[in-house]
Amino acid sequence: MREASRDRLKAFLTLLPSIILIGIFVYGFIGNTVWISMTDWGGDGALALEPTMNFVGLANYSDLFTGFLSSGFRQDLVNAVYYSIMLLVGAIGLGMFIAILLDQKPKGEDILRTIFLYPMALSFIVSGTIWRWLLAPQGGVNVLPTYVGLPPLTFQWTSSTKAILEFNWQNLIQIFLYIASFALILVGLWILKNNQKRAVKYWLGPGIIVGLIAWFGGGLFPEALFMEETHGFNLATLGIIMATIWQYSGYTMALYLAGFHGISQDLRDAAMLDGASNASYYRHVAIPMLKPITISAVIILSHISLKMFDLIFAMTGPDNAQTGHPALNMYMTTFRANDFARGAAIAIVLFMVAAMFIVPYVVSQYRQRTKG
Amino acid sequence: MSKPTTTTSRITIGTISMYGALFFLALFFLMPAYMAIVTALKPPAEINLSTAWELPSKFHWSSFSDALSLLKSNIVSSVILTVCATTLSTVLGSLNGYVFSKWKFKGSEFIFTLFLFGMFIPYQVILIPLFQTLRAMNLYGGLPGLILAHVVYGLPITTLIFRNFYSQIPTALIESARLDGAGFFSVYTRIVFPLSIPGFVVTGLWQVTQVWNEFLWGICLTRHADNPITVGLAQLAGGQAVSWNLPMAGSIMAAAPVLLIYIFLGRYFIRGLLAGSVKE
Repeated sequence: MREASRDRLKAFLTLLPSIILIGIFVYGFIGNTVWISMTDWGGDGALALEPTMNFVGLANYSDLFTGFLSSGFRQDLVNAVYYSIMLLVGAIGLGMFIAILLDQKPKGEDILRTIFLYPMALSFIVSGTIWRWLLAPQGGVNVLPTYVGLPPLTFQWTSSTKAILEFNWQNLIQIFLYIASFALILVGLWILKNNQKRAVKYWLGPGIIVGLIAWFGGGLFPEALFMEETHGFNLATLGIIMATIWQYSGYTMALYLAGFHGISQDLRDAAMLDGASNASYYRHVAIPMLKPITISAVIILSHISLKMFDLIFAMTGPDNAQTGHPALNMYMTTFRANDFARGAAIAIVLFMVAAMFIVPYVVSQYRQRTKG
Repeated sequence: MSKPTTTTSRITIGTISMYGALFFLALFFLMPAYMAIVTALKPPAEINLSTAWELPSKFHWSSFSDALSLLKSNIVSSVILTVCATTLSTVLGSLNGYVFSKWKFKGSEFIFTLFLFGMFIPYQVILIPLFQTLRAMNLYGGLPGLILAHVVYGLPITTLIFRNFYSQIPTALIESARLDGAGFFSVYTRIVFPLSIPGFVVTGLWQVTQVWNEFLWGICLTRHADNPITVGLAQLAGGQAVSWNLPMAGSIMAAAPVLLIYIFLGRYFIRGLLAGSVKE
């Protein structure tokens, strides 16, 4: 018994250095960044080892969201949201499509898989440098149609100033309510089949009420800004989205392919005997079975798109207004402008958005592990 | 594959469109690699936008030696960084994984979850305290500080891969060794470690590609003399009047080590890739 408890102590002591390191470098540092974001650290003398820092509460945050001079940050945030959505749809859709094609066991499957996955091994700086050259306005992708006799494309991939899906930041509260209403109704419709009562009571009903409040009460909400400020989906980010999809759909392909291979051949044969066509096998059997994989892919891709820094840096430089991203803004604000407090506030905003996805994911994995 | 219940012509059309789709997708995925190689091999005078896709009239290899001389110190930094950071984080990850899978204690699953969370944070959120701490420790600007950062933030993934790997070692094996009088460390050195070689390969390769490809810490935490390859390449390509053969040659050189790993040891690389998302 003495031996066993001494061994247990040794096990804990082996782990201890890592616990301390993670404790300080992850949790301590996050706490420290929260504190910094509530100070006025910046400006002259910011780089002193012990800079002067005064507590200012949430002033940095309210400036980021409603300040006159922070419209750049707000556009970056909007860019990041559109970027995440487009990346999720694009990379999961394309990756799943390729995985289904490769699941038919075509000839040369090994080589094809290698071709689809090699971008994952590259640094974003490498792929960004190459894509910047590919998306040059008068060359690269834009001249490809001329090889089949069509006129060249004229789209300004990373420098277009056009934007679509614009909205007025003044109506921020209303927009949030619409999004909340949309999400509630969507979830409600999703579970309507399984549990009608619950769907109506907890999701559809509240969703419709929130939507009505946003619709009729629109004029009553305080405006987030004193002047009109439109933000939208900047078309210049399409080039970056395309490059990211190119780099990450191989990853989702690998995830789904591993999942497809894990489904037993018996199950597949049974589905086919029941008269399922190939398409309906994937639609009704395989893809629903791989829901955990889809969830993993959503978490990992949204985490990647929220911290995206290197690729945009390499494709358009760190300070391109059209293709900005909060991660780049944080870098410029902190390390070029020495405005540490504001940089910390941007980092915390990014962290909060990421945490909305990550915390439920990590917690549910924890529950599964302790249950099993 | 499918049963011959459908008519042959339908199968043929399906097969043709499948191969057609795969062919065009493969072209799309290979397009950047082709462009990088073709541009790197052209003499600067031959590079212009309208003929970017055409092959060089004759191979011009000196872009590679030019880019190499510009990036030499970055490559040296990156090699030192990658070797040190990978070794340390892999060894620590192996020990942690051993504890988390074979020496579970009350709360160990919770601590493991706290480790995992560290893998998913956007690193911007720890960047400023990291910068300040490294400065206070006199580690800012050089490689030791960067190595420390890579080791600490590499711990979650290396621990995760080893934990999943070790959970496949039967507990009975460990128990019988302990009945023979083996303690915590001798179980590790006699039983667990010798079985770990594939685990070390998967984790090591994953860490090598991560550390080699990393950019954010490289640019924020090192001074010019110690910049890793990604920062060197970004500076090489970032100038406005660049002649594109140099960045392309530099990109190929920066990609070569990880691409070789991927092509020759792809199975291990994919296992690392899937470890972060698919539960065992």
